[in-house]
Order: sequence, then structure tokens, then C-alpha cells
Amino acid sequence: MRGAAVTLRHELIGLSGVLERNAYLVKRYAWWELAFFVWSLANTLTIVFIAKGVEAAGGKIDVNRATTTLLIGAVIWSYLGVVFEILTETVAWERWEGTIEYTFMAPLARPIHLIGMGVFAVVYGVIRTAVLFAVIAGFFSLSLGGANFAAALVVLAVASVSFIGIGMMTAVLPLISPEKGMQMGFIAQGILLVISGVYYPVSVLPQWMQWLSTISPATYALRGIRHAILNGEGVAALWGDIWPLIVIGVVAIPLGLFIFGVGERHAKRHGKLKRSG
Amino acid sequence: MFAVEVHNLRKEFLRRDADRSGLRRRRRRVAALEGVSFTMERGECVAILGQNGSGKSTLVRLLSTLLLPDGGTACIFGHDVFAEQRTVQRLVNRVSVEASFFKKMSSEENLSYAARFYGMTAGETRDRIPEILERVGFPVRRRHEGMEHLSRGMQQKVSLARALLTSPVLLLLDEPTTGLDPRSKLEVQQFIREIWVSHDATILLCTHDLAEAEALADRVGILDRGRLLCLEPADELKARYRAETLEEAFFAATGREFEQEQEDEDAERGVFA
Repeated sequence: MRGAAVTLRHELIGLSGVLERNAYLVKRYAWWELAFFVWSLANTLTIVFIAKGVEAAGGKIDVNRATTTLLIGAVIWSYLGVVFEILTETVAWERWEGTIEYTFMAPLARPIHLIGMGVFAVVYGVIRTAVLFAVIAGFFSLSLGGANFAAALVVLAVASVSFIGIGMMTAVLPLISPEKGMQMGFIAQGILLVISGVYYPVSVLPQWMQWLSTISPATYALRGIRHAILNGEGVAALWGDIWPLIVIGVVAIPLGLFIFGVGERHAKRHGKLKRSG
Repeated sequence: MFAVEVHNLRKEFLRRDADRSGLRRRRRRVAALEGVSFTMERGECVAILGQNGSGKSTLVRLLSTLLLPDGGTACIFGHDVFAEQRTVQRLVNRVSVEASFFKKMSSEENLSYAARFYGMTAGETRDRIPEILERVGFPVRRRHEGMEHLSRGMQQKVSLARALLTSPVLLLLDEPTTGLDPRSKLEVQQFIREIWVSHDATILLCTHDLAEAEALADRVGILDRGRLLCLEPADELKARYRAETLEEAFFAATGREFEQEQEDEDAERGVFA
């Protein structure tokens, strides 16, 4: 019993080390963070202006609703990108800096290591996404009086578990392929972008893509958050989107850990757990 | 119980040939370690000499749990390196030829998060980090500067501090002074000698610096093309090969000059030269 308590204490201290390190990196790369944020802002604005563009071209749409729909898609996509990027950096950045061997030879359980990265990604991503949303919403003077932000946050929190699980699966790619792993991660991200209805309803997709969209947590996250913000729906009304997210999360985290474990053993077998250059 | 017990350890890597056969490059197996066996007593310092590509770093990476072997066994203080990785990881730390830090972060930040991975709290490291940096001869007032602003010698001292911070009972030193200027090299060697005495640590030093091996180690081994040819005190080694110096002994054992780079095939042996 005492041994288990000591082990648990060590693991929690190790988890705090993962958070601490990432906080240092954000602090030390503050200008990069700012540049990346401005890039995200510009990118999101470009997408959100499409609604006004359609109206200007003679299309008849509810500009406020269309703008908010696009804004939610863009910021959630940005959030998803941040979570995936941070988890993928579990390996890629460490390989680049040369610290990968020291991290992987430390007595830190891999699930704790990955969950630590996931927790940091979610906290960082939520703060960044909230600021992005607020700045752009202010830019368009959107009317969000009836929005249920608390329910939207609940959906995002539940979806984040699934995002972390999928992020763990993509994090293994740079471990298996040091040269092409990051790019393969972008492919996985791109597929989610197409099938999850980020900027359009899933119903416009071909049938086979709609089937694929049912296994993407982003599909339910986007739909649930849009209903919460556009229609003011509460958690009970959003249950139809929340339960699939719980199911996907319950499957994705153990599967992500398992896949990462297999990848780590492969890397140790083939000598790929090493720095670049 | 031996501090380190390695028996018939083997490791091979798949290498792609430069020539293509059809659309694919052919792959072949290249042996990095071929049946290496040795033991180390607690508190002993053993140096392994070898050229680039001889398998030194592969040996260190196997003992650090960063590689899985293709055969053989390795135990550290009775714990199987490959079956009890977490236990072994608590006993071992390492200093490699590359300092390997997050370069924008300061030495204090790098040491701080690394110590957490070994279960040390912020309260424990607050005073311990400046103390240990001072011990390795690092100017403590510079502990808040980014690693990228420090010289290679300074970075290597921080690397030693990182390894010592976790109080390892087995210290794996993989060419810790390669690339350092003569003064930094002497300082690092002096410090290794000091911690060996004061920490009761067992040290495995892989190097291609013959003088360093002779000055620091109880026994010296020659690793050549993945095979450990001998492991004995430097004087006995010289006597066995009727050599005046370790360099001559190395030549007699391997048939090659120590500074001579290996043929392409041997250099390719390893990913981990």
C-alpha cells in the first residue's frame, strides 16, 4: 500500500515536470507564440469573412449565423491543431532538441508522460482558443447573447479526451518514421478536417465520407458546440453529441497508449529512439 | 552481486544499401554488438575504448533502456535491464557526447524539469540545483541564461549536474569530454574522479581518449567491430600485448591504428557511432 502511494507520488511529480517543462517552453518561445497566434488570427479571419463575401456576392444568408458557424469551425479546428501539435511534439521536438533519449530513459511511466502532454495541450489550447474566439467575435460584432458557453465548454472538455487519445496515436508517427512522421501526422489531421464538418454540414459529404465522420470526435464536438452557441442549448439537450464523445474517448485513450507502446518498442528494437543529426 | 553483468549481448541494425534493386533499396543486417560479456563490481570505473562505430554507444544505449537487444542479457544490481526497465531507470543516469538540452531554456529550468521525472519536488531542487551546479564548476549566477548562450564546456558541466542530481548508482559516460577544449576537458575529468570517490558510484566510461581511460579507469576494455576483445587493468593490458602505451596495445589487439577511421562498412555499423 505504502509502495503504491510512493509510486503514485513519483508519477504525479513526473506529470508536474511535463507541465513545468512545457510552461518554460511557452515562456522562452513567447515571440513564436505571438507570431503563431497572429497567423491563426489572420487565417481564421480569412475563413470567417467568407460569410460576408457570400452576401456581398448576392447570396441570401443569415450573415450573423453563418459567420458564427464558420467562426466555431475555425477556432475548434485551431484548437484541435494545437492539441495534435503539442502531442506530436512529444517525440518530434525532443528529437530536434536532442533531449529524447534523456526523457525516454527517465523513470516516468509513458501513460503519465503522454497524459501530462495531453493535459498541457488542453489547458493551453482552451486559453488560446478562448482568446482567439473573443478577438474575432469582437471584430465582427457578433450577437451571442443567447449562447450557452458553459455547455459549449462541457462539450469541448469531453471531446478533448478523444482528441488526446487520437493525438497519442499521431504522436507515435515521428517515433516510427523520424523523417516523415510529422508529415504523416498532418495527413491524419487533414482527413479529420475533411470529414468532420468543420466549415459545412456533414450531410453535404458523399455517403462514404459521412460514415467516416461518425468515428471522428470532431464531428460531435463541432455540432454540439454550434448548438450550444447558436441555439443556446444546455448539456441535457446536447446529450446526443456528448455520449458518442464519451464512447470515442473511452476507446481512444487506451488505444492511443497501446499504439504508442507498440511504436516505442519498435523504435527501441530498430534504434530509432535517438536525436536527429 | 555485480553492479553490471552483461552476458553475450547482441544487437543488429537493418541498413539500407545505397544501390536500388528495382524500386526498393535492399536491406541487410549489420551487427553493432556481437556477443559482448563482462561484469563490473560496485564502485568500479571501467573504460571501454573503441573507434567510431565500434559499438560503444550501442552498449550505453542498451544499458540505458533505449534499445532492445537481439540476444543476451544485461543486469544492473541484479535487475534485468530489459524486463525491469523502470527499476533500472531509477538506478542509472548518463552523460553523452552531445549535451542534449532544450536550448532556449536555462540550465536551471532544464535541470528542474528533468529532476521531476525522477520524483524530485520543487522544494527539493530549489537549493539542490545551485549547489550541484557550483560543485561541477558552473558559475551559478549564469543559471538563468539560456543554454544556447553557454559554451560547449559549460553545457557539458550542466549535463554532468543533470546526471548527478538524481544520485545514480551507475553512471554511464559516453565520450563525455569529446569536443571540449583542454581546460574544460581537465575540469570534467577532475569532476568525474571526484564524484567517483564521493558518490560511491559505479562508472562505465566509453571513450576514444586513451589518456582519459588510463587516468580514470580501474580496468580498460577494447571494443572493436562490436566485439569486446579484452577487459583488464591498463598495466596488464599493456603487458599482455607487450606494449609501452595503450595506443600500442590497441594496435596489437585490433591490427589498426587507434586514430584510423574504420572502413565504410564499419562506419555504417552504427547508427550510434
